[in-house]
Amino acid sequence: MNTTTAADNVAVDADNSTSPLLVVEDIHTSFMVPGGEVKAVRGVSFELNQGKTLGVVGESGSGKTVLARSVMRLNLGNNVITSGSAKFRGSNILDLRPKAMQKLWGNEIAMVFQDPMTALNPLVKVGRQVTEHVRHHLGISKKEARSLAIDLLNEVRIPEPENRLDSYPHELSGGMRQRICIAIALACEPTLLFADEPTTALDVTVQHQILNLLNREQETREMGMVLVTHDLGVVAGRTDETMVMYAGNVVEKSSTKELFEDMQHPYTEALFRSIPKTNERSHTRLTAIAGRPPDLIAPPSGCSFSPRCPYVQQKCREEEPPLIPVNNGSHFSACWFPVGTEENQEAFRKNVAAGLPQTLVIEETLTKSSEKEDGV
Amino acid sequence: MAGSGKAHLRPEDETLIRVEDLVVEYDIPGGDTVKAVSGISFDIKAGETLGLVGESGCGKSTTGKALIQLPKPSSGSVKHNLVELTGLSSEAMRRRRTDLQMIFQDPISSLNPLRKVEDIVAEPMKIWGPKDKSKQQEMVDNILDAVGIDPEQARGKLAHEFSGGQCQRISIARSLILDPEVLICDEPVSALDVSMQAQILNLLEDLKKKYHLTLVFIAHDLAVVKNISDKVAVMYLGKLCEVAQSDELYENPAHPYSKLLLDSCPEPDPTVVIDQTVSDDDELPSPINPPSGCRFRTRCPFATEICSTEEPQMEEIRPNHYVACHHPLT
Ligand SMILES: Nc1ncnc2c1ncn2[C@@H]1O[C@H](COP(=O)(O)OP(=O)(O)OP(=O)(O)O)[C@@H](O)[C@H]1O
Ligand SMILES: Nc1ncnc2c1ncn2[C@@H]1O[C@H](COP(=O)(O)OP(=O)(O)OP(=O)(O)O)[C@@H](O)[C@H]1O
Ligand code: SF4
Ligand code: SF4
Ligand SMILES: [Mg+2]
Ligand SMILES: [Mg+2]
Repeated sequence: MNTTTAADNVAVDADNSTSPLLVVEDIHTSFMVPGGEVKAVRGVSFELNQGKTLGVVGESGSGKTVLARSVMRLNLGNNVITSGSAKFRGSNILDLRPKAMQKLWGNEIAMVFQDPMTALNPLVKVGRQVTEHVRHHLGISKKEARSLAIDLLNEVRIPEPENRLDSYPHELSGGMRQRICIAIALACEPTLLFADEPTTALDVTVQHQILNLLNREQETREMGMVLVTHDLGVVAGRTDETMVMYAGNVVEKSSTKELFEDMQHPYTEALFRSIPKTNERSHTRLTAIAGRPPDLIAPPSGCSFSPRCPYVQQKCREEEPPLIPVNNGSHFSACWFPVGTEENQEAFRKNVAAGLPQTLVIEETLTKSSEKEDGV
Repeated sequence: MAGSGKAHLRPEDETLIRVEDLVVEYDIPGGDTVKAVSGISFDIKAGETLGLVGESGCGKSTTGKALIQLPKPSSGSVKHNLVELTGLSSEAMRRRRTDLQMIFQDPISSLNPLRKVEDIVAEPMKIWGPKDKSKQQEMVDNILDAVGIDPEQARGKLAHEFSGGQCQRISIARSLILDPEVLICDEPVSALDVSMQAQILNLLEDLKKKYHLTLVFIAHDLAVVKNISDKVAVMYLGKLCEVAQSDELYENPAHPYSKLLLDSCPEPDPTVVIDQTVSDDDELPSPINPPSGCRFRTRCPFATEICSTEEPQMEEIRPNHYVACHHPLT
C-alpha cells in the first residue's frame, strides 16, 4: 500500500487567502466481488483551487472514474468500500447526510459522465432532462424551464435547439448527447465540476468551442474543474495541473507545463510515446505499452508498473516507490529510476543487455526514429 | 436532389462496397425532417481502410449504419460485392451481417451491463457460429486475449464491472468473433487511453492483414484517422467535402473545412496559446434547415456569391484527390 501521499507534502497556503475549493485525502475505493477485492483506487490525494483545472490522465481502468464517483459520492453499487476524505469548502463530502449532499448536488457541484448514453434517461425528452434539476431547485415554471433549456442547448452549440428539445437521446448524434450532458451539468451553475471525458465524442472544432465554454464558466464563477481525459492535447492546453494515474495510484503529479517539459515517470513517458501524430505517415506502427493492465485484485508487488516498465529493476519488483517531490517540490513522482536520470539510463542498458522484451521494443523504435532523423 | 458528384468513384467491379447518392432522413416531432445524409457517394476496395471524419452530427454514424441497413436509407444505393443491399429482405440482410459487422459508438451502453462477458462475446455465434461449446469457448478466449483482456479473469464478470475502455475492447471482441469481411468501426478508440488506443490500432492493422479485412473507420481524432486509413473522406453536414489518400489529404487539404479541422487539432504542447473566444451569436447551421448551395458557406472564410447558389461538385484537383468546393485551396 502507498503510505506516502501527496497530501503529506502539500504545504497549506501560508496566508490562507486562497484556501482550496476541494481537498481530497487518501481515497481508497474497493469493490467486493466473488473473486476478491478489486482495489480500484488506492490512496489518492489532491487539491483543487477555485477557478483552476486539474487534469487526470491514465490508463483505461486505472480508477479515474471510480475516483471521481467516490469523491462525488455517486452510487457505485452496494459492494463498495470507500475510505479517506474529500473536503469541499472545508466540509467532508464523504460525511454529509443525504439531505445535505443533495443540496450540494445541483447547487454547488456537478458531474459530466463519461458515457452519455448511460447518463441520460432514454425514455425522457432531452429538453426535460436538461432542466429537471434546476426546475426542482429554483421552482420555475414549465415555460421558463423551456426557454432556459433553449439557452443551455445554445450554449453547448446544438443547432436549432427549439427543434431538439422534444428529441429522445437516441435521436441525437453521439456528440450531441455528450453536449446535452454538459448542458445538464452547467444548468445549476456549479462551483465545482467533475468532467469525465467530456469531449471524447466531439470533433476538434466543437471540442474547442466546448472547452472555451467551460473555460468561460471557470472565469465568471471561479469554477474549479477536474477534467478526466486521455487527450494529451487537451491536457496541455486546458489544465493547470496534471495527475497521472496507474492501477489506482497517482504515479506523477505536477503543473502541466512542467510535466510536459520534464516528465519523470516511465508510465507518463510511455503514454506520450503511444500517441499517433499528424506529421507521421499513415500506417506508422504505434508504440503501445507492452503487456496487459494489472490485475487489481492481486496487483503486482512493488511498483505496479513493473511488469511493463522498460527500466524495471529488481528493487522495483520488491519495494513500492513512494510519491515524492522532485526538483522544485511541487512536482511529484513515484519511481525508483526516474526518466532522464543516470540511474534510468543505466537500468535501460542493463535491460537491453538482458534482452527484456518490453525494453527491446522501445530500443527498436528509438533506433528507427534516430535513423530516420539521420536520413533527413 | 443535387448530390456532390461521383467523379471520385472507381470502376464498380474493383470495389467491395459502393455507395451512391445515399440519402438518410429522419422525421422528428413538429413535422420537421433531419437531413442527416444528403446524397453522398463513396466506394471501398477489398482490404482498404476508409476513414470517415467530420463534425459532430454531420452524419458519420448514420452513414456507417446505412451500410448495414440500420435503418434502410431513404434513397440511394448500397452495394456489397455488387449485390444491392437496399433491396434485400430482412432475412437475407441478416445473413449478410455476418460479413458486415459494426462496432457501435457508446461502448458502455451498447453492452448489456448485466450479462457475462463470455456470453456477450459469444452472442453472434448463437446463430452463425460453431455449435460445439468448447470450440466456442476457445474462440471467445482467443479473441478476448487478442484485444488485451485476460479471458481467465474476465470471462465470468458482468459488463458493468469494467471501465469504459475495457467495455470498448469487449465490444471489439464481439464484432470480430465471426471473422467478418467488412468491419465498420464507429469511434472505436475514442473512449480509450492513448496506450490502449495504440494497441487497438495496431491490432486492427494486424487483423486487417491477417484476415484481409476491409475497414470503415469513423473517428474525429485526425491523427488516429490518418494513422489507420488508406483513404480519408471528410464530411460536413450530410455532404462529402473531400476524398483523398490519407497522406495526401493531410499534407494538402484543399477544402476549407478540412483545413479548419487540421488547424484546430489540439497540440500536446502547453506553451501553445489557445484562442479562448466564445462565439455565442454566429448562426449554427443545422441539418434540419441546411444552407443552400455549399453547406459550409456560413462558416467559410472564402465563400462568394456562387457558394450560396450552386452546390459544388466533386472534382479531381490532383491525381486521386477529389474536392467539392468552388474555390479549393491550392
Ligand atoms: N461496479 C464495479 N464492480 C467491480 N469492479 C469495478 C466496478 N466499477 C469499476 N470497477 C473496476 O475498477 C477499475 C477502475 O475503473 P474506472 O472506471 O475508474 O476506470 P477509468 O480509469 O475511468 O478507465 P477508462 O479510462 O476506461 O474510463 C476497473 O478495473 C474496473 O473494472
Ligand atoms: N433516430 C434518429 N432520429 C432523428 N434524428 C436522428 C436519428 N439519428 C440521428 N439523427 C440525426 O441525424 C444527424 C446525424 O447524426 P449522426 O449520429 O449520423 O452524426 P455523427 O456524424 O455520427 O455525429 P457524432 O460525431 O456526434 O457521433 C444528427 O443531426 C442527429 O441528430
Ligand atoms: S523504473 Fe521501477 S519504479 Fe520506476 S516505473 Fe519502472 S518499474 Fe516502476
Ligand atoms: S464552395 Fe465556397 S463556401 Fe463552400 S467551401 Fe468552397 S469556398 Fe467555402
Ligand atoms: Mg472512466
Ligand atoms: Mg456518431
